[in-house]
Amino acid sequence: QGQISGKVTDAATGESLPGVSIQIKGTSRGTQTNGQGHYTIGGTTPATILVYTFMGKKPVEITVGGQTTIDVKLADDKHDLMEAVVIGYGTQKKKDVTGSIATITTKDFQKGSIQTPEQLILGKVAGVSITSNSGQPGVGSTIRIRGGSSLNASNDPLYVVDGVPFSGGGINGAPNPMVLLNPNDIESLTIMKDAAATAIYGSRASNGVIMITTKKGTSGRAKINFNTSFAVGKISKKIDVLSADDFRKYVDSLGTPAQKALMGNASTDWQKEIYRTGITTDNNLSISGAIKNIPYRVSGNFMNQSGVLITDNLKRSFLSVNLNPQFFDKHLKVNISAKGAITNAHYANQQAIINAVQFDPTQPVYDSSSPFGGYFEWYTKDAAGNVTLNPNAPRNPVSLIRMQDNNSEVKRSYGNIELDYKFHFLPELRANLNLGYDVSRGSGTTFVPANAGQAYTTAGQNNHFLQKINNKVGEFYLNYNKTFPGIKSNINALAGYGYYDNATTNYNYASFNAKGDTIVGSIPKFPFDIPRNTLISYYGRLIYTFDDKYIVQGSLRTDGSSRFAKENRWGVFPSAALTWRINRESFLKESKTLSDLKLRLSYGITGNQDGIANYSYMAIYSTSSNASMYQFGNNWYNMQAPAAYDKNIKWEQTATWNGGLDFAVLQDRLRGSVDVYYKKTKNLLNTVPIPIGSNFSNQILTNVGNIENKGIELNIGATPIQKGKLTWDVNFNLTYNNNKITNLTAVTDSSFVGNLTGGITGGTGQSIQIHSVGYNTFAFYVYKQVYDKNGKPLEGVYEDLNGDGIINQKDMYRYKSPAPKVFLGFSTQVTYDRWTLSTSLRASLGNYMYNNVASNFGVRRNILNPLGLLNNSTTDIYNTNFYNNQYQSDYYVQNASFLRMDNLTLGYDLGSLFKNTGHLRLNATCQNVFVITKYKGLDPELNGGIDYNLYPRSRTFVLGANLEF
Amino acid sequence: CTKDLDRMPTNATTSEVAYKTLDGYKQVLAKVYGSFALPGNNGTGSSDLAGIDPGQADFLRLFWNAQELPTEEAACVWNDPGIPDFHNMNWTSNNVLLAALYNRSLFHVTIANEFLRESTDEKISSRGFTGKDADDIRTFRAEARFLRAFEYWVLMDLFANPPFVTENDPIGKYIPPQTNRTALFKYVESELLAIEPLVVKARNNEYARVDQAAVWSLLARLYLNAEVYLGKGNGKYTEAITYSSKVINAGYALKSDYKGLFLADNDVNNPEIILPIVYDGVKVQNNGGTTFIINAAINGDMNPASFGVPGGGWGGNRSTKALPDLFTDHSGATDKRAMFYGTKADIDDPAQFTDGLRVIKYRNVTSTGVTPPAPGGAFSSVDFPLFRLAEQYLIYAEAVKRGGAGGDENTAIGYLNALLERAYGNKSADITGYNLDYILAERGRELYWEAFRRSDLIRFEKFTAGTYVWPWKGGIKEGRGVESFRTIYPIPATDLTANPSLKQNTGY
Repeated sequence: QGQISGKVTDAATGESLPGVSIQIKGTSRGTQTNGQGHYTIGGTTPATILVYTFMGKKPVEITVGGQTTIDVKLADDKHDLMEAVVIGYGTQKKKDVTGSIATITTKDFQKGSIQTPEQLILGKVAGVSITSNSGQPGVGSTIRIRGGSSLNASNDPLYVVDGVPFSGGGINGAPNPMVLLNPNDIESLTIMKDAAATAIYGSRASNGVIMITTKKGTSGRAKINFNTSFAVGKISKKIDVLSADDFRKYVDSLGTPAQKALMGNASTDWQKEIYRTGITTDNNLSISGAIKNIPYRVSGNFMNQSGVLITDNLKRSFLSVNLNPQFFDKHLKVNISAKGAITNAHYANQQAIINAVQFDPTQPVYDSSSPFGGYFEWYTKDAAGNVTLNPNAPRNPVSLIRMQDNNSEVKRSYGNIELDYKFHFLPELRANLNLGYDVSRGSGTTFVPANAGQAYTTAGQNNHFLQKINNKVGEFYLNYNKTFPGIKSNINALAGYGYYDNATTNYNYASFNAKGDTIVGSIPKFPFDIPRNTLISYYGRLIYTFDDKYIVQGSLRTDGSSRFAKENRWGVFPSAALTWRINRESFLKESKTLSDLKLRLSYGITGNQDGIANYSYMAIYSTSSNASMYQFGNNWYNMQAPAAYDKNIKWEQTATWNGGLDFAVLQDRLRGSVDVYYKKTKNLLNTVPIPIGSNFSNQILTNVGNIENKGIELNIGATPIQKGKLTWDVNFNLTYNNNKITNLTAVTDSSFVGNLTGGITGGTGQSIQIHSVGYNTFAFYVYKQVYDKNGKPLEGVYEDLNGDGIINQKDMYRYKSPAPKVFLGFSTQVTYDRWTLSTSLRASLGNYMYNNVASNFGVRRNILNPLGLLNNSTTDIYNTNFYNNQYQSDYYVQNASFLRMDNLTLGYDLGSLFKNTGHLRLNATCQNVFVITKYKGLDPELNGGIDYNLYPRSRTFVLGANLEF
Repeated sequence: CTKDLDRMPTNATTSEVAYKTLDGYKQVLAKVYGSFALPGNNGTGSSDLAGIDPGQADFLRLFWNAQELPTEEAACVWNDPGIPDFHNMNWTSNNVLLAALYNRSLFHVTIANEFLRESTDEKISSRGFTGKDADDIRTFRAEARFLRAFEYWVLMDLFANPPFVTENDPIGKYIPPQTNRTALFKYVESELLAIEPLVVKARNNEYARVDQAAVWSLLARLYLNAEVYLGKGNGKYTEAITYSSKVINAGYALKSDYKGLFLADNDVNNPEIILPIVYDGVKVQNNGGTTFIINAAINGDMNPASFGVPGGGWGGNRSTKALPDLFTDHSGATDKRAMFYGTKADIDDPAQFTDGLRVIKYRNVTSTGVTPPAPGGAFSSVDFPLFRLAEQYLIYAEAVKRGGAGGDENTAIGYLNALLERAYGNKSADITGYNLDYILAERGRELYWEAFRRSDLIRFEKFTAGTYVWPWKGGIKEGRGVESFRTIYPIPATDLTANPSLKQNTGY
C-alpha cells in the first residue's frame, strides 16, 4: 500500500487551499490539507479513487494509478451543493443546510437601475414579499417574510450585515437600514425563513432574517470595476379625474349659480403640472486586490436622481473600504470594514400629489393678482381689501411644491472589525470577536415664504430638525467543528455572547416663520430626547452530522431586553431540526438523475420586541410641552402626567413548524424546493382596550392575542437548454400564505367585534380595517353595498346583514384583506454567445385595496363643495353618482391582484478589450414595464391596503455599462 | 454588564421625583385640571386616549357635543363618525364620540385618583412637607377630589351606571366594578360635602382653581337634578336653594355685558365666573374646547378674522330654528343675548351649513377688539365658564318653583329680572311672575351653547318626548319623539368588552 502527498490550490487564483477534505472513495478514511494546502494520505492502492471536496468548489475525483504526488486544482462551483451558505454565526455547505434558507448572489440579482439592496431580490424568493414604499427616490421597501406575525410590534425582518445585526429603526429620511447600503457592494443576500435558521437570533427573528454579505478584497492583482448607468423615468399612469371640460359640464348641469360663478376659464391638468421626466445617473467604481498580502476592496458610488415630482432630487454618495488580512499562518483572520453614506435630498412637498387630484381644473396655475406668490389660491377679498384664505380649500399643488424648500442631509457610517482566531493547539476551535458600530446623523430644514398659501397663517415657515443615531454591537463566540471519520460523525458546536445598544438623540427645536421669528408656543420644553434600548444575549448551537446523511441541529438563545421589567426581561428561544439527505442512502446513491434529495424538518421558537416603545413597563411621569400648559392665577404650569404602563409586558413569541424538501436532478439542471410551514404567534404585543379606570389610558400595549400564518412555498430553477453558446435559465417561485387571528382578548368574548385599525382620509378619525378573531389581520370592515339593476351602487343603501330591520354598525362585516393569498415570481434569462435577454415578472393574487382616493373625492359634495369652493373628483363619480361620501361601503374595497413585469433587460458582452486586460458589458433595461390589474386606482401595489397619497412609481429606461480591468 | 438593561427615559421621571417639591405637586395638579382643557400632554397632536382623533379628544368638545347636538340648540353638518347620530338620536354603543367622552371622564377620574394616592398625609409627611407646604398640598388634594366628583357627576348624568374607581384601587390588572346612579349620587354628594370645609373660601383661591363656591355650585346643580338621578318624588329642591343661595351670597356679580362673558379676556375683571376651563391660543393649544366651539360655528364666508380666528372657520355647527325662536326678537336689538348670524333659520338641507342661523356667541377677541396671539390663527383664548352666577340664579328660581323650601318667588323674580336687565340693558322686559316653562326657555336664552341643554330637556321631560320637537329631531325634518331610554347614553361597546363587570344600560 502506498502513500500519496500533494498540494491543493485554487484553480482561479493559484492560492493554496487549506482545509480541503480528501477521502478514499467508498471508505470513511480521509484527511485534510494543512495551512499551506499540503496533504498526505496513506493506505492507497493504484485503484484507489481520491475525492477532493471543498466548500464552493467542484469536487474532483482522481484515480491514483502509479502516482505518488498528486497536485489538484479546484475550480469554483456554480450552483453547487458544496457552495457555502451563510448561516447565523458561520457558514454551512448548502447540502447540509437544515433550515429554510434562500441565497441570491450577484448573478441572479435584478437588473436595471437598482437604488436599494432589497430591490436586488425582488420576486426572487418564495415567501418574501417586497413592496417598494412609493416612487420617491431613495425611499426603500417594506419586506415581509412569510406574512406579518405581529399586529403592533414590528414586522420587519432582522438585517445582519457581515455578521453584525442592524437595529430595526431607520433614521429620518431613511425608512429601513437597507437604503443606506450600496447595492453594488453586495455579494449575496441570504433569506432565512424557518426557526431552524433564525432561532439563533432569538428574540429578533420572528419576522425572518436577511443576511447580507458584502464584497471583500481578493488576492492577486488589482481589479477595477466601473459600473455606470443612466435612467430616464416617467409616470406611466395618472389618477383619472374629470378634465376641465367634463368638470365644466358637471358644474353647469348641477351647480347653483353661485357655484357656477366660481369656475375659472383655464384648463389645467394639475397632475401634468407637478410631474416631469425623472433622470438618474449612477456611477460605481471599485478596486480590489492585495497589497503585501493584505487583500482590500475599496468602492465608491455616486448617484444623482431627480424624481418625477418636480424639484424632487436625491444625491447620494457611498464609500466603502474593506481589508481582510490573515496572520499567524492564517490562524488569525481579520476583517475590517467601514462604510459611509451621505445623502442630500431636496424633497418636493408630497401634499401636492393629492391636491393635484382634487384641485379645480378650471383654475389657472398662476394668477397675477394673487397675493400668494402669484399662484392661484381660493381666497376672498372684502371691500376693505382684507384677504381671507379659505381654510377648508386645498392649496395650489404647484405652489405647494415651488413655495417650499425642504432639504435634508443624512450621513451614516457603519462598519465592523472581526477577528477570527483558529487556535494553534486546537485548530478545530475558533474564537470570533465581531465589534460593529452604526452611527448616523440626519438634519434638514424646511423653508416656506410668508406669502405662500400653505403657511400663510404662520407667515411662512423656517424649521430645522436634527437626529443622531448611535448603535453599537459586540459579538463573541467560540466554534468547535470537527469530523470524526471513525464514527462517521461531524460535530459543530457554537457558544456565544452578544451585546446590542441602540440610542437615538432627537433634538427639539422651536418653529419659526419665514422671517425667523419664533412661532409662539413652539419653544420645546426639552432640548433633546434620547430613546435607548439595549439587548444582551447568550446563545449556543450544536450540529451533529452522521454519515453525511443525517443532520441533527439544536440551538438555544436567551435574550435580555431593556424594554421589559427585571422579572420578564429574559426570553428563551430554542430550536430543533432534522435533515435527511435521502440521496445519500444506498438505494439512491448511484442514481445518475438525482443529484440531491433532502428532507428538512424543524421547529423552533423565536421572539419579537422591536417596534414598541422603550419604556412601556415603567410607571413614569412626563412633563407636558409648552403648548400644553395650564393656568393657575397668573402663572402657567407645565403639566406633570403619569403615563399608561404594563409592568408585566414581555416578549412576543412565535413557534414555527417547517417541513421542506430540496431536490436537484439531471446534474442540477432542474432544482428546487418545497416548504410547508405553520407559524403561531402568542402573547402578541398588541394595543388593546383595557377597562377604563384601571390605567392612564383606555388602551395599552400588552401581551394578548394569537395569530397564525400557514403557507406553502415552492422554488424551481431550471436550465432547459445548455448547448454550445446557448443557455436558457428559468426560475419560478410560488408562495401561498394565509394568516388568521385566533385570539384577541384576555377574556373570551364572542360579542367583541375586534380592534379597529387603518385610519383613512376624510372625516376625522375614521378607520376602515379591523383585527377580529377568525379573520385575516387588517381585514376591511365595511357595509355591504346594494346595487341597482344596472350595477350602479345605491347611495347609502346597504344590506341588513343581521336582519334586524335597521342598518347600523351591527351590519358591518369583514370583507377581504390587503395581504395577497398567493404571490408568484418568475424570471428567465437567455444567453446566446454575447447576448443576454432577461426578464422578471411578479404576480400577486387575492390582495384587496381600499380606494381612498375615490371614496374621498368621488362625490358631488366634493365638487359642489358647501364651503365656498369647487374641487375636482375622480371619474368614479360617473359610476356612483354619490352625493355624500360613503366611506364605509365595500364598493371601495377593490381587487388589487396584479401581474407586473418588473424588468426586461438586453445585455451585450463585448468581451475582452485593451489586449485582454479589460472586459466590457453593456445593457439596456426597461423597469416597471407593465402592470395588469383590475384595480381602479393608480397602482395596485401598496403597503397597508389603503390607497391615498401615493407617489407614483415611474416606468424607467436604463442604459448601463460595466467595465472591468 | 446586565445592568445596562436598566435604561431610564431622558425627559421623564418617576413618581418619587415628581412629588419631591411643592412645585412638583402643583405640576401634577395642573394635569388634574388640564385634563379638562387638553387632549394630551404634547400639543394638538397628542392624546391621553386612543381610538379618537386628538383634535376631538378633549373633555369640553366631547361634553359639548353630547349636551348640545341632540337638542334644538345645535345641529352639525359634518359627516364624521358619531356626529350625525346625535341629532338623529340613533346613537349606539359604538358611537366613537360617546366612547371618547366616557373614556375622558374616567381618565380624568384616574388622574385624580393618582394624585390622591400620592398626597395622603403619610406621603406628605414621608416626603418631608410640613407647615404651609403640607397645607397647600392638602388643599390641592381637596381640589382633585372636587374634579373627580365633577366627572362622576358627568358620568352619572350622561351614562348613569359607569364603572367606579377611587384612589383605593390599583393601577394595572384590575376590573373596576359598575356603580349605579343612586350610589353615585350619594358618593358625589358626600364627596362634595366632605371637601366643602377643605377647599379655599369662595373667591379666595387663584384664578381657575376650585373654591367653596365651585363646590356649592355643583351641589346646587346636583340637587336640582336629583329627581332625574334618584327617581320621581326624590327631589332635593330645598338643598338646591340652600347651595345656590350660598353661591349667590358669596360676593359674585353678573358681568355687566353678557357678550363679555365669552370673549378672549373673560378671565379679567369678571365677577361672574365661579370656575372656568382655561384656554390660551399659545399655552393651551388644542382643536377642542372653545377653539372648536368658535371655529365650528363659523365658516370662511363670515370673515373668520373678525372672530379672532383668521386661520380658522370650519363650518360645522349652527342652530335649529327652535333656538332663535326662544327669543321674541332674535335680532339682538332688544335681547342682546341673541347672537345669531345669517338669514335662513330653516334647515332644508341638513348638510348645508348656511341653512339654520349661525351662533356667534363666542369670539376670540378681547373686549377692545384685539385678537390674542395663536400660531396658525385658529386657537382660542376664550375661557369656558363651567360655573357662573347666572346659572345659580336660574337654579334658585327653578327650585323655588318646584317647591323647595328656604327661598321665595320674589327673590327669584329679582334674580330673573337681573338677567333680563343685563340682556336688555333696561327694565323693559322685567317679569312679575314665572312658571317652569319660562325657566326652561330662559335657560335656553341665557345658557345656550354652554353645554346644559340635554340635561335641562331631560329634567323637563322634553328630551325624547314627541310632544316637544325641533327641526330634524330624530332625523326627520319636522322632528319626532324617540325612545325614552335615550335619556341615558349607552355604556360604550369598547369598555363592555374590556370590562366584564359591566352591564349595558337599558334599551341598547
